[in-house]
Amino acid sequence: MAEGHAGTALVAHQFDDAEQQREASSLGMWIFLATEILFFGGLFCGYTLYRNLYNAGFDAGSHLLKVKYGASYTAMLLCSSLTMALGVRAAQLRQRKALMLYLVLTLLLGAAFVFIKLRYEWYGDYLERLVPGIDFGPQGEALEVIQRFHAPLSHVALFMIFYFVMTGVHALHMTVGVGLLLTLLILAWRGRFTGGNYNPVEMVGLYWHFVDIVWIFLFPLLYLIGGRY
Amino acid sequence: MSEHVIAKRIYVGIFAGLIALTALTTAVAYVDLGAFNTVAALVIAVCKGTLVALFFMHLKYQPGLTRATVLAGLLWLAILLVITLSDDFTRQWSPTGQSWQQSTVQRTGP
Repeated sequence: MAEGHAGTALVAHQFDDAEQQREASSLGMWIFLATEILFFGGLFCGYTLYRNLYNAGFDAGSHLLKVKYGASYTAMLLCSSLTMALGVRAAQLRQRKALMLYLVLTLLLGAAFVFIKLRYEWYGDYLERLVPGIDFGPQGEALEVIQRFHAPLSHVALFMIFYFVMTGVHALHMTVGVGLLLTLLILAWRGRFTGGNYNPVEMVGLYWHFVDIVWIFLFPLLYLIGGRY
Repeated sequence: MSEHVIAKRIYVGIFAGLIALTALTTAVAYVDLGAFNTVAALVIAVCKGTLVALFFMHLKYQPGLTRATVLAGLLWLAILLVITLSDDFTRQWSPTGQSWQQSTVQRTGP
């Protein structure tokens, strides 16, 4: 049995060869991601149902969010997906330094995403009193927007709940992803993935891209509805 | 080995396409298309998601079993959405559901 760089077996004993091992990992990860599709799917389903019921409230709520945040998050996540994909490619080509560089870039973009969301966007929402359950009482400009749409406050509050839960669960996934990347980085530094078995890098990559896809749907549905013309 | 190393320029090209689609979806939100604003947003999002899945997630190069797994996930998502929404959207069709009809009037508001 082939020995890896760090002395670990390249192919675990239950597999015939490296290809079967990789396909098994990949299939397992995709099954997990299929459950994640349905996890987020439930939230998207609830969103669609209530947006249909309380159209004005959701349109007004969307106008309380700032498109510049949503668009920059999308750009950051797409950049991080590119660096992650290039990281997996570096692992395939056994380029340890390139792999570490791309992992660091991905990690930084992911961490910046979570930091900006919590520190600036959510804190800003809190200051504007837009957080149902903690402090919900839109005033000034926010109140004018809501009145312009003739939206009942409770319907706007429901939109904000969807916004906080959906982006919150997404940000939680991002945080988990950052933790995984940190682990990968340490193992990559020890040369674990450039000895032939890069499966863990590929699997974390799949997870990272999936979280990116979730945001691709969250961005237009939360930030861009309600006729911005 | 069926492992597939994709050329760097393809990754960068896909990335450029994704950024362009993000700009497009943002721009379209500022144009009045009526009900088609949501349709356009969703179509663009599906395109972006498909690009990420096919190339960044290497789905294009995976065996049929993996692709079937993804399709199964999407099929169950479709079942979730179609059954839930078809229930809600057709409630006011009920000939006896007077209270439902009233609640529909309340929902849509003045």
